[in-house]
Amino acid sequence: MLVRPKPGILDPQGKAVENSLRHLGFNVDGTRVGRLIDLEVEASDPEQARAEVERMCAELLANPLIESYEIELVESA
Amino acid sequence: MKELHRPRVAVLVFPGSNDDRDAALALEGLGAEPVLVWHAEDELPKVGAVVLPGGFSYGDYLRAGAIARFSPAMRAVADFAADGGLVLGICNGFQVLCEAGLLPGALRPNESLSFVCRDIALRVERTVSPFLAGCEVGQRLTIPVKHGEGCFFADGDLLAELEEAGQIVLRYDGDNPNGSIDDIAGVVNQERNVMGLMPHPEHAVDPLLGSTDGALVLSGLVEAARERLLAATA
Repeated sequence: MLVRPKPGILDPQGKAVENSLRHLGFNVDGTRVGRLIDLEVEASDPEQARAEVERMCAELLANPLIESYEIELVESA
Repeated sequence: MKELHRPRVAVLVFPGSNDDRDAALALEGLGAEPVLVWHAEDELPKVGAVVLPGGFSYGDYLRAGAIARFSPAMRAVADFAADGGLVLGICNGFQVLCEAGLLPGALRPNESLSFVCRDIALRVERTVSPFLAGCEVGQRLTIPVKHGEGCFFADGDLLAELEEAGQIVLRYDGDNPNGSIDDIAGVVNQERNVMGLMPHPEHAVDPLLGSTDGALVLSGLVEAARERLLAATA
C-alpha cells in the first residue's frame, strides 16, 4: 500500500525534502512524502486479497480525512 | 443527598503517556480524586469524567493516536462518552480522540516540522461546553503547548459544519504554533461532552509555573464530574 497526503493538504515533510533537493541543485517541484506498507495476506484469489487490504486501509492504515492510498497486489511464490 | 467532596476522575495511561501524573496532580489540586487507569483495563471505575493525557502513546507509530484507540480502555471511554460522560483529550489525548472518531478532524505534523514548546495565547470562542463554562467568550488564556503534531485539519465542508455548529471552542490568538487550519486549538463534539485541545491546561495550574489559566478548563471538568456523580447517587 502506498499511503500519501491527499492533494491540497500541506505536506511539510515533502516541502522540507524539496528544499533540500533544491539546495543540491535539483530542479524539483510538487514533492510529497508518503508511506509504503508491505504485508502478506492469505487469500483464495486477488479480489479477496484486495477487498481485505481495502478494509485495512479504511480502518487503520490511512486516515481518509487527510490521506489517500493505492494498493498493489503481488502474488507470492 | 450526601455531599461529594472529591469527584473521581479517570486519567488514562497508555504506554508512552507522559503527562498522566501531571494531569492527576492538577486534578487533585482542583478538588478531584484522580484515578489512573491502565490502557489494558476493559472497564472504567465509577468516575464522573475521563482525561486522556498528553504523551506519545505507542510511540506515535503510524499516526499519532492511531494505535491507542484500539486499547480496551478506549472502548470503555467510547461507551462512557456515548452515555453523556465528560471526556477531555489533551494533546496526544486529542489525537487519540480524533483517530477514534470521538472528535471531528485530524492532527497533522506541525507546518514548521519543529517540535514547539512555549506559552501560547488562546482565545475562548465558545463557552457552551462544561469544560469552558467558567470562561467568557473572547477571554484570552495563556496555556503552554508542547507538540510535534498539532496541526488541526478539517476539509472545507467539515470546517464550515464545525463553525456553524459552534464546535470550535478555542483558537490561537495571534501566534499559531503549528499551522492549524483557521487557528483552531480546541474542538468539542456535537453533543459537547467530548473536548480535545493541543495546549496543556495541566501545566498551567500553579503561579510558580507562570499561568494558572489551565485551572479554568480543568475546574469546569471537575465541577461537571461532581454534578454527574451526584446525579447518579441521587
